[in-house]
Amino acid sequence: MDTFVQLVYFLTALVFILGLRRMSAPGTARSGIVWAGLAMAAATLVTFLTPDMQNFGLMLVAIVLGTVVAWVAAKRVAMTDMPQMVAVYNGMGGGAAGSIAAVELLRGEFESTGLMALAVLGALIGAVSFAGSLMAFAKLQGLISSRPLIFPAQRPFNLAVLLVAVGVGVWLLRDDAAAFILLFFVAALAFGVLVTLPIGGGDMPVVISLFNALTGLAVGFEGFAIGNAALIVAGTVVGAAGTLLTVLMARAMNRSIASVVLGGFGVEQAGGEVKGSLKPIEVEDAAVLLGYASKVIFVPGYGMAVAQAQHKLRELSDLLESKGVEVKYAIHPVAGRMPGHMNVLLAEAGVAYEKLYDLEEINPEFPTADVAVVIGANDVVNPAAHRQGSPLYGMPILDVDKAQNAIVIKRGQGKGFAGVENELFYAENTRMLYGDAQNVLGKLVQALKRL
Amino acid sequence: MDSTWAALYIFLLAAFTGYEVISRVPVILHTPLMSGSNFVHGVVLVGAMVVLGHADTALERAIGFIGVVLGAANAAGGYAVTERMLEMFERKPKGGQ
Repeated sequence: MDTFVQLVYFLTALVFILGLRRMSAPGTARSGIVWAGLAMAAATLVTFLTPDMQNFGLMLVAIVLGTVVAWVAAKRVAMTDMPQMVAVYNGMGGGAAGSIAAVELLRGEFESTGLMALAVLGALIGAVSFAGSLMAFAKLQGLISSRPLIFPAQRPFNLAVLLVAVGVGVWLLRDDAAAFILLFFVAALAFGVLVTLPIGGGDMPVVISLFNALTGLAVGFEGFAIGNAALIVAGTVVGAAGTLLTVLMARAMNRSIASVVLGGFGVEQAGGEVKGSLKPIEVEDAAVLLGYASKVIFVPGYGMAVAQAQHKLRELSDLLESKGVEVKYAIHPVAGRMPGHMNVLLAEAGVAYEKLYDLEEINPEFPTADVAVVIGANDVVNPAAHRQGSPLYGMPILDVDKAQNAIVIKRGQGKGFAGVENELFYAENTRMLYGDAQNVLGKLVQALKRL
Repeated sequence: MDSTWAALYIFLLAAFTGYEVISRVPVILHTPLMSGSNFVHGVVLVGAMVVLGHADTALERAIGFIGVVLGAANAAGGYAVTERMLEMFERKPKGGQ
């Protein structure tokens, strides 16, 4: 029987790798997750056949409980809240890895000190990922402020907590008394919370991706500790893939992973006065500007996601096209809270892919656009990114300031995540349209229909 | 060959595989792929099941139970979220609601 179980685990690992491979190309992505899902189901079922097991009733209850709650929550949540859902499920994986280690440490039946060390290391990483991911969830969900939380001597303090966790972890290899196991987990969980506190909402995608890689690694290490090949291979593959993904994401945002993890971005206010003034515009005037344009470029950002305005935006663009206006969408690689966030939301609203343009494709087109409409985007259209000394310096931006006219739909006069004043908003040809994006776009549609 | 060394080789090759599988991925797939790999480490469920299956004391059972709940949530939630994201990519370009 054990041979059969191992064979299924082997095939599971293989299909996981093939599934991830398929998920990395748009055409095959959907089939990739289905393949991986079937492999997961097979591995779970076959595990019941593992020799010498007990507690089956408890196991079934736990599986049903975890599956049903997570499934329903994942199906119900709005697409805009997807990033924090990834965070929360990732944290649970880290927690599961930590639980495995906790039970194994309590039993104290490791074959070698080396395997025990791996179990402890996996537990440390898993616990940090668990606590950190839940903090990331709380920040993105608005349960706690998403601003970076800074206190004096933060880094030395965090380092001290980490050293306690590592120190107790090493001590466990000699003396695995329950009290030390408890202290070890408390310190590891505390470090997970502390390390996430100073990281702001805008950097969360990179952090979630990092915790994802860490959970993978933790799962891999626990796989070594309990001698389970499926965990070893799947965990390690995700650990490596997740690390690369984290690097790619950070690069797309022009941020280094070190600066993300150390946190505090967006706290210090950038100096420098901005010339000009904010010039508001009424909905009717904006509708006229749009209705008589020959080319309009929409620039969606996090504000559109928050207001759930993607459907209204599509309605507006359909209406404009029916009036013979050429409509395009400019998608900044990190607009929103995650790379690809805008693509997903606009696809949900039924906007055709071929109207979505990457930064490199669309930037040369801004000078030929009569109107560029910015919907709740801020830092990604800030021309300050071209100027040395600005906190945004070096980040690629969408050249909305080069358009003939710009309309900025914005909830209030607040700054973007980076805390930098946006020079675009003060430009001569920029008009501000204040209000909730969904509300404003709805009014624009009404006004256009009356035109 | 000693099993420790075999394990190290597995680790090395698996890490390299993960790296190779992800390189050259377009930016729009970063988030779905993160979610997909989040699902894949949900296989921790299998490990938690084995651990719970061998738990003897009440404390071990309790922690094992929590581990299985968390692992199952990781796998099920990870799958549902990823599938919802990727569903959007499959829709034909001209399609609307």
